[in-house]
Amino acid sequence: MSDHDAHKEGSVHIVSYGQLVAVWVSLLLLTVTTVAVTRVDLGAGKVWAALAIACVKSGLVIAFFMHMKYEARLFRIIFFVALVTLAVFIGLTFFDVLYR
Amino acid sequence: MSHLLPRDDVGAKLGMWLFLFTELLLFGGLFILYAVYLARYPHEFSAGGHELNVVMGTTNTVVLLTSSLLAAMAVTAIKTGKPKSTVALLLGTIGCAGIFLVIKYFEWSAKFAHGIYPGSPRLVHGPPGESVFFSLYFLTTGLHGIHVVVGGALLTWIGTKVGKGSLTAENNVMLENGTLYWHLVDLVWIFIFPLYYLIL
Repeated sequence: MSDHDAHKEGSVHIVSYGQLVAVWVSLLLLTVTTVAVTRVDLGAGKVWAALAIACVKSGLVIAFFMHMKYEARLFRIIFFVALVTLAVFIGLTFFDVLYR
Repeated sequence: MSHLLPRDDVGAKLGMWLFLFTELLLFGGLFILYAVYLARYPHEFSAGGHELNVVMGTTNTVVLLTSSLLAAMAVTAIKTGKPKSTVALLLGTIGCAGIFLVIKYFEWSAKFAHGIYPGSPRLVHGPPGESVFFSLYFLTTGLHGIHVVVGGALLTWIGTKVGKGSLTAENNVMLENGTLYWHLVDLVWIFIFPLYYLIL
């Protein structure tokens, strides 16, 4: 419907209600999965499973609800820089804590 | 619409994302603290985690995911020229924020009733790991709760602007940025929920 103004600067990409609802259903299914997985005794495995599912859920929210998929590449680059910064903090903290 | 002032929507969104990255590092720091102390006090964290109410945590997860859906739909609505739907969807998001806070109120009240609050005699005289766990729990969920309040107020303000017609299909970056903030609130909860309620 609004493809005619797609040439304008900025994200005029419009995500349809249907797509958004599909993402929401996926998020709810992932929530059910994460609750179910952590009720089973998997030891340390459930920590990693829960974190992996949380990362997938975040990816869905960022890509579709926050339109990251449709933004300019610059947005994804700075997002990557922020994630690497956080990863460096986590890495250096544990390098300190574990080998003290 | 008049073009008296030059507008840079991409720049506005870029600025919003830069701000969201500082929020990411703020909560990231709290999650690092959580991980370090989980490694130091695994038993106390496990005992503390089992005191949290999984049903309330799961309900709040569903409430926040739904609020995020409605916020994202509000952006679609304004871009397709439906200001009335936009306002209705924003009201839905704000309603979910209210439900979230009410559930949080009952959760915290239950903790207080069991003598679990920062500086409570039970935590002061208990093992150090227990008070570290609940301090981090109150700090993280409290800071997140403040973000819920701020996000709700922000979307209320933006909703009135949509209602008055000062935000339109051609000029909606303020709504987009407001919903970006709201999605961040959802993102943080996506990690708080498994870390505090599920894995311990």
